[in-house]
Amino acid sequence: MSQTMQSAFAAGLFDAHPPPPGLAAWNKATPRRRYAVYSNNVETSLTGALAARFPAAERIVGADFFRAMAGAFIRACPPRSPVLLAYGDAFPDFAARFEPARDVVYLADVMRLEFARGQAYHAADALSLDPDKLAGIDPHRLGELIFVPHPSLSILSSLHPFHTIWAMNTGERPLADLEHWDGEHVLVVRPRLIVDVIPLPGDCANFLRRLAAGSMLGEAAALAGGEDFDLSHALAILLRSGAFTTFREG
Amino acid sequence: MIASSLPSRVGIGFKPEHFADILAEPQPVGFFEVHAENYMGDGGVPHAQLARLREDYALSIHGVGLSIGSMQALDRPHLSRLKTLCDRYQPESFSEHLAWSTHDGVFLNDLLPLPYTRETLDRVCDHIDTVQAVLGHRMLLENPATYLLFAESTIEETAFLAEIARRTGCGLLLDVNNVFVAATNHNIDPHDYIARFPLEAVCEIHLGGHSETVDDLGAPLLVDSHDTPVKDPVWALYRTVLQNTGPIASLIEWDNDVPAWPVLREEASAAQRLLDAAARKRVA
Repeated sequence: MSQTMQSAFAAGLFDAHPPPPGLAAWNKATPRRRYAVYSNNVETSLTGALAARFPAAERIVGADFFRAMAGAFIRACPPRSPVLLAYGDAFPDFAARFEPARDVVYLADVMRLEFARGQAYHAADALSLDPDKLAGIDPHRLGELIFVPHPSLSILSSLHPFHTIWAMNTGERPLADLEHWDGEHVLVVRPRLIVDVIPLPGDCANFLRRLAAGSMLGEAAALAGGEDFDLSHALAILLRSGAFTTFREG
Repeated sequence: MIASSLPSRVGIGFKPEHFADILAEPQPVGFFEVHAENYMGDGGVPHAQLARLREDYALSIHGVGLSIGSMQALDRPHLSRLKTLCDRYQPESFSEHLAWSTHDGVFLNDLLPLPYTRETLDRVCDHIDTVQAVLGHRMLLENPATYLLFAESTIEETAFLAEIARRTGCGLLLDVNNVFVAATNHNIDPHDYIARFPLEAVCEIHLGGHSETVDDLGAPLLVDSHDTPVKDPVWALYRTVLQNTGPIASLIEWDNDVPAWPVLREEASAAQRLLDAAARKRVA
């Protein structure tokens, strides 16, 4: 089999080309349906892999719409690795630009949340910070501490109630009308085996995001914004969620 | 160096939804098999489950993404991931497919067919030599379920596999369902195929279900869908194989529309009864 033959075989799988020449069947049948078993396997299995990673998105837009959008994505961004558990990182951005989904303004953010959950699920195991370790720190030096984020940590923000919508489309919350259409912020982390999605106030999300990026605690608190920023509440979330593994003095 | 040290008993393809049922009591299962690529994340539930299963059961790691039949170079980073996985879990067997799935860096997620020629034979043997050198032990190669043929093929599939096993020292994984599917699709007698198969190299057997459709002329076209119980003609073929080989590690593969654990266990018991019968015949 020349590489050209393999290229032709591969190309037709995605683009509904007729089968390449050189294929045969025992009964001299045209190999259209036989070749289609392969192209169908490719499309169905990759669409299935995406549906498994983005179940709330599938529920929101419906199975048929999702399949069409996934098909377009697979053609634009086919997997570059056999490890499909990481496939689909570009799918939320693709959905944001996908013209037929334009009216579903929150779809991409819900998908970013689903992707973050998937990453957290497979992230490296690590022990979260023991709160007692902070107790021994000189209070005057607290502001200089730099925290190491847990490998599973993501902090996401949206102009839309993406967390509420996600929860309603995964069975975590009953479907109901939304009384307010406010932006939401969440922390995603897997301190042990279960992935947690924890709602955050916006300033707390800013604070934790800066902390996760390597800012010292004092600096992150000062830049978190909002006069109402409640540092002790933010620190309680930091410790209770297991979002960080350790700290060092900056 | 042996190609596989799986017990000559029935095994089951592990699905995470069965984990609690499996742990609830000792299971009459000789080994579990997992798809390598599902355990290439860094941590979390998949590794916690696999490590726990490994404490009680023999393990077969079955790759579905190495693309050994590709005319292009092997995916070295992927081979490294396989090595890491095998080093970590020390499986009794590692197997892959006579097929390709990656081309120009794009992963197509299906087991695609290749023509059987001198050129492809050399290429596949080179790839298996590399895999075995990197992993540090022999692998098993599985016969494919195919839906079409290549005009350029000059070697029969059974002879192709026999020559690969002879040259590389790899063992073979005989998927009896694949034999039935491919034989039907190419209008040959599956029992003739088995008669020509190098059974002495077989270290594991796969049993699974298939679905039925037709080709462009209305001839039967079977699809290796792994979504049903093992069908009667496949059981018959399995009996024929065991008569020739004696008991061999045999896997129930059910990957889609996965049933409840008791259903799968019953399917495994049916295979185990045939294995037991084959063992009695050996002794007698």
